[in-house]
Amino acid sequence: MTPAIVVQTFALTRRFGEFTAVSRASLTVNAAEIFGLIGPNGAGKTTLIKMLTTLLPPSSGQALVAGFDVARQPAEVRRRIGYVPQLLSADGELTGYENLLLSARLYLIPRRERHERILGALALMGLMEVSDRLVRSYSGGMIRRLEIAQSTLHRPAIIFMDEPTVGLDPSGRRTVWEHVRALRRELGTAVVITTHYMDEADELCDHVAVLHAGRVEAVGTPAELKAKVGPNASLDDVFETLTGASFEAHGGYRDTKQTRLGAREHS
Amino acid sequence: MTPNKHALARASIPKRSVLTASADFATQVLAVADAEVRKLRHDPWELVSRAVQPILWLVLFGGVMTRVRGLAPGGTPYLEFLAPGILAQSVLFVAIFYGISAIWERDLGVLHRYLVSPAPRVALVIGKALSSSIRGLSQAVVIYLCAAAMGVRVSVDPVSLLVTVLLIVLGSGLFSTFSLIIACIVKTRERFMGIGQVLTMPIFFASNAIYPIDLMPPWLQRISSLNPLTYEVDGLRAVMLRGGQSAFGLVHDLAALLIAAGIVIVIAARMYPRMTE
Repeated sequence: MTPAIVVQTFALTRRFGEFTAVSRASLTVNAAEIFGLIGPNGAGKTTLIKMLTTLLPPSSGQALVAGFDVARQPAEVRRRIGYVPQLLSADGELTGYENLLLSARLYLIPRRERHERILGALALMGLMEVSDRLVRSYSGGMIRRLEIAQSTLHRPAIIFMDEPTVGLDPSGRRTVWEHVRALRRELGTAVVITTHYMDEADELCDHVAVLHAGRVEAVGTPAELKAKVGPNASLDDVFETLTGASFEAHGGYRDTKQTRLGAREHS
Repeated sequence: MTPNKHALARASIPKRSVLTASADFATQVLAVADAEVRKLRHDPWELVSRAVQPILWLVLFGGVMTRVRGLAPGGTPYLEFLAPGILAQSVLFVAIFYGISAIWERDLGVLHRYLVSPAPRVALVIGKALSSSIRGLSQAVVIYLCAAAMGVRVSVDPVSLLVTVLLIVLGSGLFSTFSLIIACIVKTRERFMGIGQVLTMPIFFASNAIYPIDLMPPWLQRISSLNPLTYEVDGLRAVMLRGGQSAFGLVHDLAALLIAAGIVIVIAARMYPRMTE
């Protein structure tokens, strides 16, 4: 049974030595909503996601995901979440079907249900025709959809997606959006995505949290956030007003390299 | 807004019986190993290219050294002494570079997928160790055929073959997991390449793979007796050859490998999850 609130964090903090990547973040994500974490590269989005997916222990604060504490009950959290990292998590040397079979076994989906569950996921993500092809021959958008399929086979209460459309062309991005919506509609999965595309957050998300330098600066629906700034404001304007910084000012060589590498792997 | 722990957390953790838990554990271990078998089936060229080196050792090195009298103990032909050593060596060489592929998986992002899954970390590490063992077994097939073609009296009775498989699975799993630990420490492929070379030679030469321990100076004999490869080779000498004998006893060899494998698996299971941090 899925609780009404799937993510609740309280003053969640992660430090790397002197550097504070995420500072006292408090957030709530409701069941079956699409929640966007927006901010430039280096704002702490990925660190926050890694803590919520149990890949990185918090330095202080607390986070409950799908009803369980990420620090104290990581195994219980993992059973109930899906995660699509920014990096490539589908194995290029396996076929789409084989990638899904691997996930089905790791997530202990009963043997007699595996095949049907995999076919259902392939159909939902529009990958039926290519399921027997090696993933290294897939397009970037197809790989992303396969990654969504393999991280939702076990019907998680929530799926975390880190920059799911980075490096995709506009039609690839739209298709991923449609499939994210389908996931929520068909399975009632809550979705947390990070993005630095403001239009993506605006169009896709029910609620958005603006992150800047590790802090949560504002949370609300895209409309609420924009209304606070002005009648014709865009989410970019919201970001500039909240942080006093232009979006373009961020992202040095390291961030650019990371984004480009990600883009190359998914193109 | 402090989260209400009692309302949210500890919702319901279904209790599993020991039997179900073991079956689940096995499913997850085999899932990891099965993915590896499928990858090798899609692209078997790696196995073919890896088979070249041990054949060269047997044909060239073995061909020359077999002319030296008295190298192998008790008048055994040197090639018969060498064949189990080369088998263990080629399994070691494949396993010790396993860490590279672990770092590669981390760089790509595939590792994240394993680590966010509910599979226990020990199951993932054992699954990866088995994946390496499968490559090791394919080496064994090649070396058995090559040795037999060169006139070595290889033993093919089912019990001997079964123990050979067990020794290779343990040895390969042990050294690949050791390699995984090194990968967790050095973190980059470039550094690993250097370290891998540095590690291989001492493990190989401080063992009984190509010469008997009795020939070694005393200090090297002591190191050799702590080297798991020594026990793998010793066990293989007993089961690979017809009328073969082990110096330490087969049970002793298997126990040594099992203990060493257990130690590295426990260490790796603790270190592996930190690779994604």
